[in-house]
Amino acid sequence: MADKKDMRNERRDIDISDSGHAYENRQEIYYNDNVGGRAVFVDSKEQYAPDEPYNDQVFIPEKDRGKAPILEVKNLGIDFGGLTAVDNFNLTLGRTEIGGLIGPNGAGKTTIFNMLTKVYEPTRGEIFFDGKSTKGMDTVDINKAGMARTFQNIRLFDKLTVEENIKVALHHTTNYGLIDGMLHTPKYRHEEFRIRKEAMKYLKIFGMTKTADYRAGSLPYGAQRRLEIMRALATKPKLLLLDEPAAGMNPSETTELMDTIREIRDRFQIAVFLIEHDMSLVMGICEGIVVLNYGRVIAKGWPEEIQSNPKVIEAYLGKSRGKMEEEEEKEKNDIEAALRKGRLESAASGKPDAAGKVGE
Amino acid sequence: MTLLTNLISGLSLGSVYAIIALGYTMVYGISKMLNFAHGDVIMIGGYMSFIMTMYIGMNGWLAMLVAMVVCTLLGIMIERLAYRPLRGTGSLAVLITAIGVSYFLQNIALLIWGANPKMFTSLFKGMKPIHAAGGQLTITPESIFTILANVVIMILLTLFVSKTKAGKAMRAVSEDNGAAQLMGINVNQSISLTFAIGSGLAAVAGVLMLSTYPVLMPTTGAMPGIKAFTAAVFGGIGSIPGAMIGGLILGIIEIFSRAYISTELSDAIVFACLIIVLLVKPTGLLGKKISEKV
Amino acid sequence: MAERILKNISSRGLKNALKGNDYRKEATISYAILIVGFILLQAGAATGLIGHNLQGQFVPICVYCSLAVSLNLVVGISGELSLGHAGFMAVGAFSGILVSRIIGPSLAFEPAVVLISMLFGALMAAAAGFVIGIPILGLRGDYLAIVTLAFGEIIRNLMNVLYFGLDNGRLRFAFNHSIEGIENADRIITGAIGATGTKTMATFTWGLLLCLFTVFVVLNIKNSKQGRAIMSIRDNRIAGESIGLDVRKYKLMAFVVSAALAGMAGCLFGLNYSTLVPVKFNFNTSVLILVFVVLGGVGNIWGGIIAAALLTVLPEAFRQFADYRMLTYAVVLILVMICTYNPTLKARITGIWSKIKPFKKQSESKGKGKNKKGRKGAA
Repeated sequence: MADKKDMRNERRDIDISDSGHAYENRQEIYYNDNVGGRAVFVDSKEQYAPDEPYNDQVFIPEKDRGKAPILEVKNLGIDFGGLTAVDNFNLTLGRTEIGGLIGPNGAGKTTIFNMLTKVYEPTRGEIFFDGKSTKGMDTVDINKAGMARTFQNIRLFDKLTVEENIKVALHHTTNYGLIDGMLHTPKYRHEEFRIRKEAMKYLKIFGMTKTADYRAGSLPYGAQRRLEIMRALATKPKLLLLDEPAAGMNPSETTELMDTIREIRDRFQIAVFLIEHDMSLVMGICEGIVVLNYGRVIAKGWPEEIQSNPKVIEAYLGKSRGKMEEEEEKEKNDIEAALRKGRLESAASGKPDAAGKVGE
Repeated sequence: MTLLTNLISGLSLGSVYAIIALGYTMVYGISKMLNFAHGDVIMIGGYMSFIMTMYIGMNGWLAMLVAMVVCTLLGIMIERLAYRPLRGTGSLAVLITAIGVSYFLQNIALLIWGANPKMFTSLFKGMKPIHAAGGQLTITPESIFTILANVVIMILLTLFVSKTKAGKAMRAVSEDNGAAQLMGINVNQSISLTFAIGSGLAAVAGVLMLSTYPVLMPTTGAMPGIKAFTAAVFGGIGSIPGAMIGGLILGIIEIFSRAYISTELSDAIVFACLIIVLLVKPTGLLGKKISEKV
Repeated sequence: MAERILKNISSRGLKNALKGNDYRKEATISYAILIVGFILLQAGAATGLIGHNLQGQFVPICVYCSLAVSLNLVVGISGELSLGHAGFMAVGAFSGILVSRIIGPSLAFEPAVVLISMLFGALMAAAAGFVIGIPILGLRGDYLAIVTLAFGEIIRNLMNVLYFGLDNGRLRFAFNHSIEGIENADRIITGAIGATGTKTMATFTWGLLLCLFTVFVVLNIKNSKQGRAIMSIRDNRIAGESIGLDVRKYKLMAFVVSAALAGMAGCLFGLNYSTLVPVKFNFNTSVLILVFVVLGGVGNIWGGIIAAALLTVLPEAFRQFADYRMLTYAVVLILVMICTYNPTLKARITGIWSKIKPFKKQSESKGKGKNKKGRKGAA
């Protein structure tokens, strides 16, 4: 896995050549198991990778396959007062994978993040983080174990400065007690000096050192999103969950963000799992993608597969029956074009479509 | 038999708390503020009724009506002048203003009527207490009427809130102020109406309370106000049946601890019960659980 | 310190040094106000400009300033509404008085007696804060407020039935005056009558020291790992949890430290009077302290100090208008709240203010605006 910068393209090659077999099998299942709009993709260990512990291993990028996955989710589900919000969610995420979670509004994406970070307690299923079950852990424990997240609606500490926002996240590595804090002992001074330098190091990632003394709440929207990512990163996670990191950003900011996310992954060697509606970002940086609709996984795979997957297109555009009205057709084509465009932009080589068929 | 007597006087005191708690609970529901001046509206109602009967020679019931009108106007005025300018600025600013209003009412009363306690004449002066069980059980007319008044008010208010247009508007405003406004509901009017009803009821509660505990001073309303507020929280603030249940339980606890444990510690016991309830059910007995969307 | 400030300015630029939370500036202003105030009042007393009545208020002024600062730790920095601060003050006062009576006769050096009493008062109040804080800090917003109110009332109620006495050097206590063994004792605390026969040892200097210490502790906490965690949880609890902050621990920390400081202040207050009744520490006193905090600007340490000093001095200065004094107080309180918090009025006042001070830098006034907004949000 020579050059990190070319990781994405390299993986794509592997995808098509090495994993061709698994890929075909999956296609079959999509069409065979299409019953009542339920989850199409079901566990069937025998069919995919009999030599690996979980079939989901198939979806881990080649470079992470040798190592234990950072996150394994099995049959996760949650009910809110009788209403099933998420059901039968399975996921395996590689050590340094950038995974994507997409789906229409209200599909349950953020709910999954909330279950992973134990903001909500799952009704069913198990989560193994770094090999350990997260049963009985709360949000604080989860973070201490090495999972950090950002929020869809930005949640910064508005009245603290940018620098302080990072320093709070460095809390657990700041080594002094209440008495030191109350009396500002030499130990306090030493530690504060150290974490100030460290905070600046984090701020440098997004080039935000100049705004270190501004109140976080006074930053522009894009900067707030970036600060939130930095804050999560400062807790030294092994897995970073990003909830719509590009929301409200303009195209050039989004491109910049893509580079930064990749850079973060490469530099800290951590896994990233992100929810995003911006297809150019998702298709551009995600190595594996899970598509969710009505709380159920409808597809999993590499970006190419997802883009051409009829189930996914249906979820986003609605099912076409009989004669389609012109406007609907037009809209569909537009979105399809957008999806394709996003992919083409992201694909450095500009390979031809693997599957160009749309709808039924 | 003393147990039954205590229970009845507990229910009677609890009914007073419940009626006052309604004012707290409705105002909190609609404007999310702790109206600490509510207790002093009771006191003003008491003085009004007192003046009407003592100096003008009005019939007690008529005097109560006058007191209700005065308190209703007072409630609307307080909301208009002191609370409305601070709407949407966070609960702390409004809380302090409410405390300012409370000081204001107490000191106005002190200036007009002086610090000396006045003896309030019971609304049910002519009526005789009912003796039962061979004279062992005495039920005062005050108790009966207070409990009755509580039940009637509670039924009427529940009907008003659930059936009438104005009541529905009030509920809509307390659910979501902004959305209600977009739906064409006059939010100011709804809030004024809430204050009006709450304050009018405070006058009733004042007269009923003073009929049983007749000492009237500028600070008369303060402690019942705090206790009624406690009752509202006890039952789940924002909930009308909660206010009733909270008030009744609080009244019974208070009378029983006075009778069987200690007079001096009765308040401490009441507050301790509140704390225990909140530890078990953090939003009170009938309060809705509010979860923050992540 | 000056060197560090200079270094700070040069490294970030003067403009940047003024942005955000500048703790050093806040600390300097707070200490300056306290020391200048102390010197002015002392000078006034020495020259006879300040009357005897007001001189008697020197210690209470300091105590209230200190209380405003310590309550700010809960209300401003931790963002929780507490209506029971007077309860901790009471715990500190009575336990401090008790200690002063016990060790007073054997310890000739008076400052040591005061210091030990204050430390003990702080310790007891901290213990009370801890016991109260553990169960209730899971509650949110107004529910927490009502529970602190309830605890304040419970503490006062318990004080009403608490009896302490010295019987041949032995400390005896009872929960009821009818209990035997206490009637022969030399009574220190007698239920609702309170503490009697206390040797008044509180001086203005002690008051100043108390204030300085309180400000020192609160500001240091604010500018430390713990303070940042507390403020983060105030700003966004869920985000705080998501980065691994133990919400209860830090809320409890703020609550307990605040209670300890209140206990210390309460002790000095108790040592200022030969008799002290528990009624002194009722709900109204808690509210009074809260009023100082809010009028001074929630979270603003020196604002609270000024508000506490003014609101203690002014009613005393206008004693001859006794009848209208409290009425005016109430009206002023309402007006000040409306003028400072009403959005339209606030904008108008800020407009007038900027006209008066046209040379004021724009960036600075921007920072002010943000500050105000911050306070409002904290409420």
